[in-house]
Amino acid sequence: MRALAQGRTVPVMAVVAVIVLIWYAGTFFLNAPFERDQAARAGREIAFGELLERTMAQERPVLPAPHQVFVELWDTTVNKAVTSRRSLVYHAWVTLSATLLGFAIGTALGILLAIGIVHNRAMDKSVMPWVIASQTVPILAVAPMIIVVLNAIGLSGLLPKALISTYLSFFPVVVGMVKGLRSPEAIHLDLMRTYNASRSQTLWKLRWPAATPFLFTSMKVAVAISLVGAIVGELPTGAVAGLGARLLTGSYYGQTIQIWSALFMAAALAACLVMVVGLAQTMVMRRMGERP
Amino acid sequence: MKRSTGAAQPAAARPAKTGAGPGRAGDGAPTVISARGLSLTFETDDGPVNALSNVDLEVGRGQFVSFIGPSGCGKTTLLRVIADLEQPTGGTILVNGVAPEQARLNRAYGYVFQAAALYPWRTIENNVALPLEIMGYAATERKERVQRSLDLVNLTGFEKKYPWQLSGGMQQRASIARALAFDADILLMDEPFGALDEIVRDHLNEQLLELWARTNKTICFVTHSIPEAVYLSTRIVVMSPRPGRVTDVIESTLPRERPLEIRESRQFLEIAHRVREGLRAGHSYEE
Repeated sequence: MRALAQGRTVPVMAVVAVIVLIWYAGTFFLNAPFERDQAARAGREIAFGELLERTMAQERPVLPAPHQVFVELWDTTVNKAVTSRRSLVYHAWVTLSATLLGFAIGTALGILLAIGIVHNRAMDKSVMPWVIASQTVPILAVAPMIIVVLNAIGLSGLLPKALISTYLSFFPVVVGMVKGLRSPEAIHLDLMRTYNASRSQTLWKLRWPAATPFLFTSMKVAVAISLVGAIVGELPTGAVAGLGARLLTGSYYGQTIQIWSALFMAAALAACLVMVVGLAQTMVMRRMGERP
Repeated sequence: MKRSTGAAQPAAARPAKTGAGPGRAGDGAPTVISARGLSLTFETDDGPVNALSNVDLEVGRGQFVSFIGPSGCGKTTLLRVIADLEQPTGGTILVNGVAPEQARLNRAYGYVFQAAALYPWRTIENNVALPLEIMGYAATERKERVQRSLDLVNLTGFEKKYPWQLSGGMQQRASIARALAFDADILLMDEPFGALDEIVRDHLNEQLLELWARTNKTICFVTHSIPEAVYLSTRIVVMSPRPGRVTDVIESTLPRERPLEIRESRQFLEIAHRVREGLRAGHSYEE
């Protein structure tokens, strides 16, 4: 009992309970006007008990109740074959594949740019402002154009979506890695100079290992916004599959339950991705002799 | 990659000048480091700072030379000029008969910094192997040299430890082993024991003398401790600040064999007294 009280379980569960309660209250208040309206049109009084029951079970609620979302999630993940177009797992996989490809390209691009910026004065002066400017453009405005332009040169399917993920995810990697590659102390660099080490030796034996913690921190941010990029890439393009497509069709047809379950799927996916990067970080840092 | 023994140029071809100036090489050993009228001015936002002003110096092979003085007297700067980590703005300096840059390219010296500067992601043996990897030694020879160097500083058995698992004194010993791992015959040490407590420092001083006797290296040693300088050195260069210059050069009369007790001897105290006088003459006690 004491262990339970001192652990994290109790506080976390308490917060979840409060959120669920507020959610139920919100469901009632937001959905009640519709039911009252319906009752008024039918010319009858509606009792509180019936009102409560009806607000929790609407087909297209303003705000679906938690159990409705949960049932929908269960139904579209467990009860459908993963290859089915009605399976949320199928749609999640479509988005995940674009996310992972975009994240991989973005991380590689970010690392390359950072290495260039650290080693080349001209790149240091010229590239960084563009990198920052690139992120001030709203991705929602750029995404359709990227898709259209890539389509025109014969690229379609996974890659255009992945490139939108890349567009978002390379940024934290560049910023983090520039800082990481510049993080070695002056005496560590002086030491390399006394050995007459080449620039590539200094990079691989000093700058790169020193930058590793920075890389993982950036990658945690990058993988989460890669997912955002992939979903955004699906939104304005009339995509037929993916979490973004689920959100889009849900909003076309007022399927709020479908929208909310897709949102929860995306959140769970993001949490898993960040956790995987975190685990990789722990493993790598342990191998690098980090103090436990 | 081609390895260099570090002493490609015959230093002996340049006979040491004797009898002239405060920096003569003494005991007739071949000159390893020679500086003439060396100056270095840093341009800062508050105007120029004279870190070194007209420094003459001769260091002979196998000598143990200490540079002592208060902060700002340029002793570390002088060491960094020898190591080609700073560029002098005036005068000439030769290391092993060539310019410092060439000496650095020849890997003529090992440098020990004030902090151990071990790479935290490398084990002790891999830290010691770092210069060997960079200089392109084969794996088997690397292993052999790492063992030998760790043995020289009494760190055998700690090969697989990471730096944070070692005490400050052991870390500094590991960094000395790293400087000894390749065949540089000059060892440049910048206050290597400055951050350690006195008991550990005494112990390391004793070990350093032992190591010097066994390896026959030329050692340049920066310190701000008078007993440390007197105990270790065959010659003490006293420096003073603003501008950084040499005020006195003292040849030690102590024997090469030096037990710790020698520090209570009359001879030791006399040399220490002269160092103190030299520091006072340079107005180093003003602040």
